[in-house]
Amino acid sequence: MTERPIKVLIAKPGLDGHDRGAKVLARGLRDEGFEVVYTGLRQTPEMVAAAALQEDVDVVGLSILSGAHMTLVPRVCRLLRERKMDDVLVVTGGIVPDDDVPALKAEGVAAVFGPGTTIIEVADFLRANARPRR
Amino acid sequence: MAGAAGTGAADTLVEAALRGDRLALARILTAVESRTAVGEAALRRLYPLAGRAHIVGVTGPPGSGKSTLVAALTGELRRAGRSVGVIAVDPSSPITGGALLGDRVRMQIHAQDDDVFIRSMAARGHAGGLAPTSGAAAAVLDGVGFDTVLVETVGTGQSEVEVAAAADTTIVLEAPEMGDEVQAIKAGLLEVADIVVVNKGDRPGAQRTAGQLRAMLVAVPRVGRGSAAADGATGGAGGAAGERPRPTAPEVLVTTATTGAGVPELLAVLDRRRAADHDGRRNAARRTRAAAQVWSIVGERMRADLEAPALLEATTATLLAVAEHRLDPFAAADRLLASLRRR
Repeated sequence: MTERPIKVLIAKPGLDGHDRGAKVLARGLRDEGFEVVYTGLRQTPEMVAAAALQEDVDVVGLSILSGAHMTLVPRVCRLLRERKMDDVLVVTGGIVPDDDVPALKAEGVAAVFGPGTTIIEVADFLRANARPRR
Repeated sequence: MAGAAGTGAADTLVEAALRGDRLALARILTAVESRTAVGEAALRRLYPLAGRAHIVGVTGPPGSGKSTLVAALTGELRRAGRSVGVIAVDPSSPITGGALLGDRVRMQIHAQDDDVFIRSMAARGHAGGLAPTSGAAAAVLDGVGFDTVLVETVGTGQSEVEVAAAADTTIVLEAPEMGDEVQAIKAGLLEVADIVVVNKGDRPGAQRTAGQLRAMLVAVPRVGRGSAAADGATGGAGGAAGERPRPTAPEVLVTTATTGAGVPELLAVLDRRRAADHDGRRNAARRTRAAAQVWSIVGERMRADLEAPALLEATTATLLAVAEHRLDPFAAADRLLASLRRR
């Protein structure tokens, strides 16, 4: 049996309506051979966690440009832990000040991808760090 | 055999899923989709419990509103207190194998409802409108007790009729003004419809499109045997027992999935069909489905045996002989079958 593709949820929690970046990343990861679930705008952390669970994704990618990342991202991480999805890799993208990165990593975020990150960099990171797929 | 290896882990997952543990259910679906030993063992445990849900296929062209209608139908079922499983299939890239699964965008209002479970699947190179394991995934949702399982296909063209064999009832969506009356009498998708839904009913021409479809689809001759659905599903293996009766004139409804208009009427039609089929566990559609499933497993197992270490060398040599035109494909198949019998 060949290894199954890595399954990624790309989610836009919070209220900002700028999803071009999320869509470009979703499309780019598709082209890198990932199976990408895209859930659309204005998701609550609860909706993101529920979708991640039902889809049994390997990776949750959160795109936030509103500045609310310090509220939303830790909440998603906590909900995933509560649902026993500790093995899911959480990464974020968007506009996140460098000063906030250590706090996000302490909450369980594996990587913070800022503007200028290439699709290839993201894809390589996910391949290297996503949970093993039986 | 593959079965024994995954039994312990599968038992644990199945018991948890039957208690309502959604993560366990999600992990079973992953195992089934990846065709692992755990997935096979879980399916074997759940199959005897399945057969109670109404499995409804939803198919139609890209952009006709399948996902939105599935969301609206889910809302209607939930208002009646009924649980809903959804399998939503989107295409895989033939180039990279990647996929963008976007059906949840329309369904996220149900994401936090514990009695709704939505799972996206990539078609993974399968061409009939579904993923290779969509039917098995629907059986899992059926087996853990969902009242209704909605199976949404990839956006289909004219001939992806596989869903008709995977579902008890098939809904074919059309958008208004998608073609003239000649489109309605071409063979293919519309032939396997139990219900035709003209969605986007608030657009001009919806009622006229529905009227044209009604006029043309009643004209389908009522021939009782043979059908594209049966052949498509079984690769032509459907014998007399495996035939699906050709749907007689499908009901034609108009919905506006974005507002919910027409959706209660659609559910009423689905329920009427379900009641009529209630004692129909052995009905023709299910016989076709069972035959397709079993034949596909038979094929996979024979191939696995032929590729096992004991026979691999001989099998490879036989295939090479065909590639070099030293042997014809029929003789090669006979030779391979004979080598299985000799074992």
